[in-house]
Amino acid sequence: MAATNPTLHHSTRANLLERLGPHFVLIAYCLVALFPIVLIIMNSFKSRDGIFSAPFAPPTSETFSLIGYQTVFGRANFPNYFLNSLIVTGISILLILFFGSMAAFALSQYRFRGDVIVGLFLAIGIMVPIRLGTIGILRLIVSMNLANTLVALILVYLAQGLPLTIFILAQFYRQIPRELTDAAHIDGASEYRIYALLTPLVRPAIGAIGIFTMIPIWNDLWFPLILAPSDKTATITLGTQQFLGQFVSDWNAVLAALTLAMVPILLMYILFSRQMVKSVTAGAVK
Amino acid sequence: MQTPHAKSRSFPFHIVIFLAPAVIVYTVFMIIPLIDSLRLSLFTITDDKREIFAGLNNYVLLLTDPKWSAAFQNAFWNNVKFFIIHMVVQNSIGLLLASLLVAGGRARSVYRTLIFAPTVLSVVIIGFIWNLILSPLWGVGESVLKAVGLGALFAPWLGLAWSALPTLSLISVWQFIGIPMLLFYVALLGIPEELIEAARVDGASGWTAFWRIKFPLILPTVGIVAILTFVGNFNAFDLIYTVKGAQAGPQFATDIMGTFFYRTFFGSQLQLGNPAMGATVAGMMLLIILAGVIVYLFLWQRRVATYDL
Repeated sequence: MAATNPTLHHSTRANLLERLGPHFVLIAYCLVALFPIVLIIMNSFKSRDGIFSAPFAPPTSETFSLIGYQTVFGRANFPNYFLNSLIVTGISILLILFFGSMAAFALSQYRFRGDVIVGLFLAIGIMVPIRLGTIGILRLIVSMNLANTLVALILVYLAQGLPLTIFILAQFYRQIPRELTDAAHIDGASEYRIYALLTPLVRPAIGAIGIFTMIPIWNDLWFPLILAPSDKTATITLGTQQFLGQFVSDWNAVLAALTLAMVPILLMYILFSRQMVKSVTAGAVK
Repeated sequence: MQTPHAKSRSFPFHIVIFLAPAVIVYTVFMIIPLIDSLRLSLFTITDDKREIFAGLNNYVLLLTDPKWSAAFQNAFWNNVKFFIIHMVVQNSIGLLLASLLVAGGRARSVYRTLIFAPTVLSVVIIGFIWNLILSPLWGVGESVLKAVGLGALFAPWLGLAWSALPTLSLISVWQFIGIPMLLFYVALLGIPEELIEAARVDGASGWTAFWRIKFPLILPTVGIVAILTFVGNFNAFDLIYTVKGAQAGPQFATDIMGTFFYRTFFGSQLQLGNPAMGATVAGMMLLIILAGVIVYLFLWQRRVATYDL
């Protein structure tokens, strides 16, 4: 893998344009990607006049205002939505990692009758979106008396997240040198002990799982809307959606709500982005 | 891979224990509901809530009865347009950005992080952000276009029948471009530097080296990106619902399979919800997605040579 800056020094013949061209385009695209986000965050700290008279200016002492945030905290259940999202995403991802690592360990370490079939059976869940079974899921959840509960969401997200997580983790388990497992067997370790020994070694997979499993759960609108639409169980995504729909003409409140919904996940992302990309790279190159 | 020996004769209880939790949850909450939903698409539900077997009648209705087929075809073709715009715009810009990133030197991790940022946000947030920016009320979009001399082009794109769907598609492209970029980037990193150096020594320009050497080598990734885009697009819902509501206006101009499914199942101001027909729409979506997957697996993956680098 050519991870570190390989040829830049060699190509002294390359002219300036060829060297700077990529940077030029990349910087331009970064502006396209960030401009809308920055614009919203910036204007959320301004008064209504400031938002409309000078949308591109950062808040000044004259236009600075927190009125939008006051409306959001006064009217909506945002802390509660946020807590619901934390509970649902947190418990889902923990269980996905636990169940998923067990299954991935088994599929990657053992040859057994039906291993291919189990693998293919799980692969259906990677290709076929779980949403297509929504009607069946809703009937099942209602019959279990779980409508409008966070448990319903957790169970569905478990089913949704497991197939891809197992696939990613199995790739990482396969990269663990065989000698390690053999040595453990010779020392008389049980299969469960070996699972416990190997699992910390697949930690680099966490980043890829974060991108492909955790973020979709946090951001999902469909299942909260259908399985748990009550205000008490609304997640941050659903809560924001409903709040924005109601306050559509209150610009201060809308901008503040958008900012509040964005900032936590952006902070998380900036904190972990390096691991995420590294993890995707490590899983794919090989 | 060898079997861990000693115990392979006796029944492998440990394998069952390792697999059981994942397989059970996945089967109960995904596979069985999916089958139940498909089963329901073969039934009619009477007014007193009895289910009567109807064979493929619901599918025939959906495809031929004027009451259903016009709405279905509208949603299907809109979804095809949605997909084509993603394939052409999102994936080609994603490839361009990825190839520039590879040449991006030290700053590339910064570029990568920034360009990927919109992808981690929820579609609800993105939908509202663009709704505000394109709103003639705020005028931000218009000011930006004026600044680059294109002010005359501005129109309330999200509200006009001809432009609403392309605009929503481009918003989605803007959000998800990070995914093809990252996948192409990873694939391009996997190409050994010596290969490119050798081509350069032989006098190939950067352009030639890209299309004659790099691109053929990342064709497997092109296929993965295409099938991911296809499945994601024919399953999309959140953006249209957030910006245009379940009615997917104006006059269903932005209706795609996901919103059509939602409306059919739950009903709307204009019609009552119909679980059996909803299940039928879901069944059609499954067929469309399976068709895409089959094309990918048998027509693309079989023909594309993979090189072991």
